[in-house]
Amino acid sequence: MGSSISWQETGDGGARVVLSGRLTIDDVATLADALATVAPRAPGLSVDLSAATAIDTAGAWAINSLINRWNDAGHTAEVQGAAPDIVRLIRALTVPPPPVKRRADRGNPVFARLEQIGRAVVHQADNAGGFLAFLGQTLVVLALTLIGRRRLRWHAVAHQGEAIGVNALGIIGLLLFLVGLVVAQQGAVQLRQFGAEVFTVNLIGRATTRELGILLTAIMVAGRSGSAFAAQIGSMKLNQEIDALRTIGLDPIEVLVVPRVIACSLMLLGLAFYGGMCALIAGGLFAWSELAMPPAAYITRLQEVILVSDFAIGMIKAPVFGFIIAIMGCFHGFQVTGNAESVGSRTTQAVVEAIFVVIVFDAFFAFFFSAMGYN
Amino acid sequence: MAALSATLPDDADVAVRVRGLVTGFGDHVLHDHLDLDVARGEILGLVGGSGSGKSVLMRTIIGLNPARAGSVSIFGQDALAADPEAQRALRRQWGVLFQEGALFSGLTVAENIEVPMREFLALPDAVMDGLAAARLRQVGLPAESCTKFPSELSGGMKKRAGLARALALDPPLLFLDEPTAGLDPISAAAFDNLIKLLKDTLGLTLFLITHDLDTLIAICDRVAVLGDGKVLACGTVDQLRAFDHPWVQEYFGGPRGRAATGDST
Repeated sequence: MGSSISWQETGDGGARVVLSGRLTIDDVATLADALATVAPRAPGLSVDLSAATAIDTAGAWAINSLINRWNDAGHTAEVQGAAPDIVRLIRALTVPPPPVKRRADRGNPVFARLEQIGRAVVHQADNAGGFLAFLGQTLVVLALTLIGRRRLRWHAVAHQGEAIGVNALGIIGLLLFLVGLVVAQQGAVQLRQFGAEVFTVNLIGRATTRELGILLTAIMVAGRSGSAFAAQIGSMKLNQEIDALRTIGLDPIEVLVVPRVIACSLMLLGLAFYGGMCALIAGGLFAWSELAMPPAAYITRLQEVILVSDFAIGMIKAPVFGFIIAIMGCFHGFQVTGNAESVGSRTTQAVVEAIFVVIVFDAFFAFFFSAMGYN
Repeated sequence: MAALSATLPDDADVAVRVRGLVTGFGDHVLHDHLDLDVARGEILGLVGGSGSGKSVLMRTIIGLNPARAGSVSIFGQDALAADPEAQRALRRQWGVLFQEGALFSGLTVAENIEVPMREFLALPDAVMDGLAAARLRQVGLPAESCTKFPSELSGGMKKRAGLARALALDPPLLFLDEPTAGLDPISAAAFDNLIKLLKDTLGLTLFLITHDLDTLIAICDRVAVLGDGKVLACGTVDQLRAFDHPWVQEYFGGPRGRAATGDST
């Protein structure tokens, strides 16, 4: 196995290279190295292949490179002792002068970096503009749907509702139950120092209905469903399914975005309520077992401490968060272009931006409602 | 009838030997005890109606689909039962061109071609770049295309780049799934010539799924017709034209079949 190479000077000062053995891709590295040592000289070279047992394209490439080097130096080079097909193969490989590059040149690193920054700024501006346009389009279609000028696809809404809401009941219930337990336990530890353990109920009641329950549910839905929207729509875009919808005369916003937005808003409302209940139940169980507060007393106490406005604020925020998550997911799905990597990065962006915007809105709501006097 | 058998004698020099292959999805049986041989150094064309399981057969042979029963041996090695290490060695023996090229979308064309070399061989970068350039030239792609990403290529160029990647390790066996579908007639003819040249110069064995009658006639040594879960017949195009089966008759005797064979009657 393996190849061997020997070369000698011919009488007239030229060279003769005898290659034997297997000239295949397994040995091409050593073959290429060895051939590189054969420096071009007048009048020419002959390559003897009669002892070669196997030649593949890689071997042919190495021989071809050798011949080209001699030809470029102005000397002749010929192949001897090979079947006509092999000669044809070697000839067919002649590579035109510019050598192959794997990636396009990046140029001057400083300018490349500046260009990268500039591109990123333009890209972000484009993205923001594109998002506003998308938001506008969606709101218009949503409004047209509400006044009955566009069809609302109930089937799609129900299907999305199942995926976003019903299928998430288990995980969100468990998550909020655990959070409720942790808040109650940590609260009790701290409040015990003041002998005010009973106020644990205030903590759990107000925190979960107004803030924590809604926010955690929204984050969970952004991770589960916002990512799904981006990936689904992104793959559809790559697969030209969005183009197909358009050519059939269907508006992708109406078919894909509006049902997701409506389902996500409604489902987040339901899930936030359900999640809050799970947290309250956990708090109740904790109070019963650790604070010796019977369930009936816990419920009475909850009724005293939870204001209707707390509950209402939570329920106002939930659909807004659902809307943000859905619109972010769909927008990034539509921005997918080119390749599978783009689906991944857009999905990531959809989730990260949805959570970010949800938290920004949550802060806004907190200050807004406090300023309105709902403490 | 015997002349059109899909199996070759036991002592024949075969590249791929399929025996009693059963595959299916759920209750649906796609291949029912299918037998097929591909002789070493031949170009075997596989034809069959849509949904007859051509692609699934190919995928089963290369180990992408599980078989319910039967055996597949490639160069005398059992491809279905081999342990992971042997499978990996076996996989080096073949290259596959998928219908849409299946290029890695995050890599450039040159990087795509270098993936198998990187995985199986320790070659210096300069050698890999040189080989990648040679491959591009071999499949008829311009040298500028090496830095392009697959999303920037046309369908035909993707196929060529896919073929270049399939050829990267000079495998003795090539599987091509509809290599000329979607190409213009000039490119398709060039592709046929390329395949023929590779077979003549490198002694490749080719297993190709195609609906291109011109390809079948121009380069295939034998054609296997898949139908009813089995290989209905396997032989040269001329033999198949004389074969008495309605689908085969329709396929080769229809207007397109006659046009491709230059038979105007």
